[in-house]
Amino acid sequence: MKKTGLKTNDLILQTITKIVLFIVIIFSFHLFFAGHNAPGGGFIGGLITSGAIVLLLIAFDVKTVKAILPINYVKVAAFGLLIAILSGIGSFLFGVPFLSHTHGHVHIPVLGDTHLATAVIFDLGVYFVVVGVTMTIIQTIGETE
Amino acid sequence: MTFLHWAILFPFLFAFMVPFLYKTFRKIHTGWFVLPLPICLFIFFLQFLPGVKYKEGIVQTVKWIPSLGIDFAVYVDGLSLLFALLITGIGSLVVLYSIYYLSKEKEQLNAFYVYLLMFMGAMLGVVLTDNTIVLYTFWEITSFSSFLLIGYWHYRERSRYGALKSMLITVFGGLSMLGGFILLYIMTGTFSIRETIAQSSSIADNGLFIPALILLLLGAFTKSAQFPFYIWLPDAMEAPTPVSAYLHSATMVKAGIYLVARFTPVFAGSAEWFWIVSLFGIFTLFWGSFHAVKQTDLKAMLAFSTVSQLGMIMSLLGVGSAALLFDHFEFYSVAILAAIFHLINHATFKGSLFMVAGIVDHETGTRDIRKLGGLMSLMPITFTIGLIGAFSMAGLPPFNGFLSKEMFFTGMIRVLNMDVFQTETWGFLLPVLAWIGSIFTFIYSMIFVFKTFAGKLQLENLPKKPHEAPIGMLIPPIVLASLVVIFGFFPNLLAYSLIEPAMKSVMPSLLKDGEHFHIHISHWHGFTAEFWMTVGVVILGIFLYLTASKWKRVYDLQPKRMTLNQLYDHSLKTAGKTSNRLTSFYMTGFIRDYLVYIFAFMIMAVGATMIIKQSISFAADDAAPVGIYELILSIVMIAGSITAVLARSRLTAIIALSSVGYSLALFFVLFRAPDLALTQLVIETVSTALFLLAFYFLPELQKKDKTRRFRLVNFIISAGVGGIVTLLAISASSERTGKTIAEYFLETSYSLGGGYNVVNVILVDFRGFDTLFEITVLAIAALAVYSMIRLRTGGKDVEENGFKNE
Repeated sequence: MKKTGLKTNDLILQTITKIVLFIVIIFSFHLFFAGHNAPGGGFIGGLITSGAIVLLLIAFDVKTVKAILPINYVKVAAFGLLIAILSGIGSFLFGVPFLSHTHGHVHIPVLGDTHLATAVIFDLGVYFVVVGVTMTIIQTIGETE
Repeated sequence: MTFLHWAILFPFLFAFMVPFLYKTFRKIHTGWFVLPLPICLFIFFLQFLPGVKYKEGIVQTVKWIPSLGIDFAVYVDGLSLLFALLITGIGSLVVLYSIYYLSKEKEQLNAFYVYLLMFMGAMLGVVLTDNTIVLYTFWEITSFSSFLLIGYWHYRERSRYGALKSMLITVFGGLSMLGGFILLYIMTGTFSIRETIAQSSSIADNGLFIPALILLLLGAFTKSAQFPFYIWLPDAMEAPTPVSAYLHSATMVKAGIYLVARFTPVFAGSAEWFWIVSLFGIFTLFWGSFHAVKQTDLKAMLAFSTVSQLGMIMSLLGVGSAALLFDHFEFYSVAILAAIFHLINHATFKGSLFMVAGIVDHETGTRDIRKLGGLMSLMPITFTIGLIGAFSMAGLPPFNGFLSKEMFFTGMIRVLNMDVFQTETWGFLLPVLAWIGSIFTFIYSMIFVFKTFAGKLQLENLPKKPHEAPIGMLIPPIVLASLVVIFGFFPNLLAYSLIEPAMKSVMPSLLKDGEHFHIHISHWHGFTAEFWMTVGVVILGIFLYLTASKWKRVYDLQPKRMTLNQLYDHSLKTAGKTSNRLTSFYMTGFIRDYLVYIFAFMIMAVGATMIIKQSISFAADDAAPVGIYELILSIVMIAGSITAVLARSRLTAIIALSSVGYSLALFFVLFRAPDLALTQLVIETVSTALFLLAFYFLPELQKKDKTRRFRLVNFIISAGVGGIVTLLAISASSERTGKTIAEYFLETSYSLGGGYNVVNVILVDFRGFDTLFEITVLAIAALAVYSMIRLRTGGKDVEENGFKNE
């Protein structure tokens, strides 16, 4: 975010941000994983994560946020796209057409009997793309003088 | 997936590993890691040799897009095996050669081998697949990797020019070919080549037959550098020599030959196929050889020679296609035999000659024959290889080129005996041009070897002090030159192992099960017409070579301004200018204008459709009752919209607009669509943040200096959009015919998709493809924003702040 000439008092916003940020991010993770059976999913999860980072940007400034999160968001988007495509190509290994998904119950030590779907991998790609794209655009525009 | 499929995919997979190998082992030349792959593949394909002797090839199919009939079907028969062996065999030698040719300190080896492997895999795909769409895909990848390899030394202007030229011409041909494939599909209903061949008799009368034929040949002619499309090949010589030897002489340029051979069973028997393929081929032979004589650059000479030799093989395929019409087909099928035999021979002698040219260039620093000479004593091994290759190319005994050249004459002379397709009219051109072309071939072969190795050594003109090349660089051409000699003395080694199976693939309908073509290749046929033609070629060739300086004026008869290259350059320039003018006519740079285009188009398209289809209707029978919440929200939204339009400052407008957005989210809550509500809320938040950012850079709102006309247009557009969307929404909800698809999704979302959240299951599973494309578009948009904003400040800034820093 571009710094304005005025010296504003962000103390309240900054303090709240420090706490709320984690709640928002955890909530976004929850939404992502809940996505298959309850409202949520990769798209919304990704948007909320970006929303959290945008909040951080509003409360602090671009430089500080870059120092906290030294992430190249272009790469995040590329990474997400790669996951999504690989999850589609993965179906070839099982002799089924591109992007076929399956699901079933798996026993995981701590969590017990869990219902898992391969679509989640694809959704993870969507999540990363959304975070990457949103933040790339906002950060690039925000950075320019 | 069988091992055959993997054989095609291995080069691609290996290409992924090359950059890592390059980074990890900087001390070792990356080529050493690549070398085992083509060798293993060569050995793998050798195993198929006994299998292809039977008429039926081996088919392995993997479903790819079954709904469209596109399968990754691999088909191994004589023809495809021949090409696969060429690709992997020459590939191995070229990789070995490149290890010594490209320095590991100076060159970007990772890029080089990635492109080369990409090409190898794609080329294997082209020749091994049975599905035309898969063939097309691999075909374009070969064009693409050829582009990258020609432009490998991208800092050279000529390299970039050559790369672009080859790309434009071959991709144009590739697209035409795709059109041809689609026409074939329309006629036969299948993308499978074998099934198309099976139906070939029924499509000959179809009106689309000739267009399909022409489109397909456009693909073949551009790829195989036939006249008038050959102009890209000489410029492709800007590529490193291993690439020229591999792509632009032995394999990729033969893809067009492969295509013609592969589709001969479909099109042969039609007069158009016979005439177009033979005449273009024979003229290319003449034209290429004539131009080769004029060249002073060794590689340019070889490039034109390749053009002419490809023309020769092409004309043989054209002439041979007529064999299908005769009962005594053995008499005419000799042309096909010659084509396949010469294909192998050309790969051996031309490959070795390219490598010789590369060695000369590498060791002396120049390829200009005016500066070269007398290298015989300094580079005896290279000279011997060059001599064998050039004599074979000239068609001198006892090398393999002699055998296929004689057979070529035989095939051309036999055209005169044909009494089909009105061969009595223009048929005489074929043997005549063949003979003239062969004379020029003889001359440039002599120039190649004697101007370089004989004569006076001009040390002062050479940038480097010449000496014999390292042994690793000599092994590949030695292998090829020995093959030239071996095939020259024992041609029948190839007869029933490679040539005969390949002939069967080109002319499958001629033989019954278990039958064979009779092949016997011999050196001496008696005092036949072919013999006297060869004698004539040698005598006239020697005479013209010795008196070359006197004929210079004849060679320069074609004015420089009239060449095809001029035509290409000029049309490219004109095309650029015209499209620039056309584009700047409507691309004003104002987003406002673009919005006007988009909305005006939308109003007209949607409005016209609704009127024509008479789908405007108002029925409020099953509308839900309007409650107090909906009323309040609607009022808020209307107020917000009006405020946004009338606001005097941008900040007010943005806030008003987001109030509309948030109210919409509440609507979703009211109608119990939590997913949509959630998305809408977050989108609204993020886009408001974005607006505030962008708003910072926008100028003040200026309402005063707007003309009446401007306001009127805006008014019409906004009223139109509003009206159309309202009409559309009302009509859509009141004209519901049949069951909605919602039922289906609700029923199957758990059983098929494994989730209760229907929206998400649709997004990631049922319509996963849409989502994949959407996120791709998103990522592209982000990249566009990123690069446009970063690049705005000029190139230097990007280096500092852009990718390199992060």
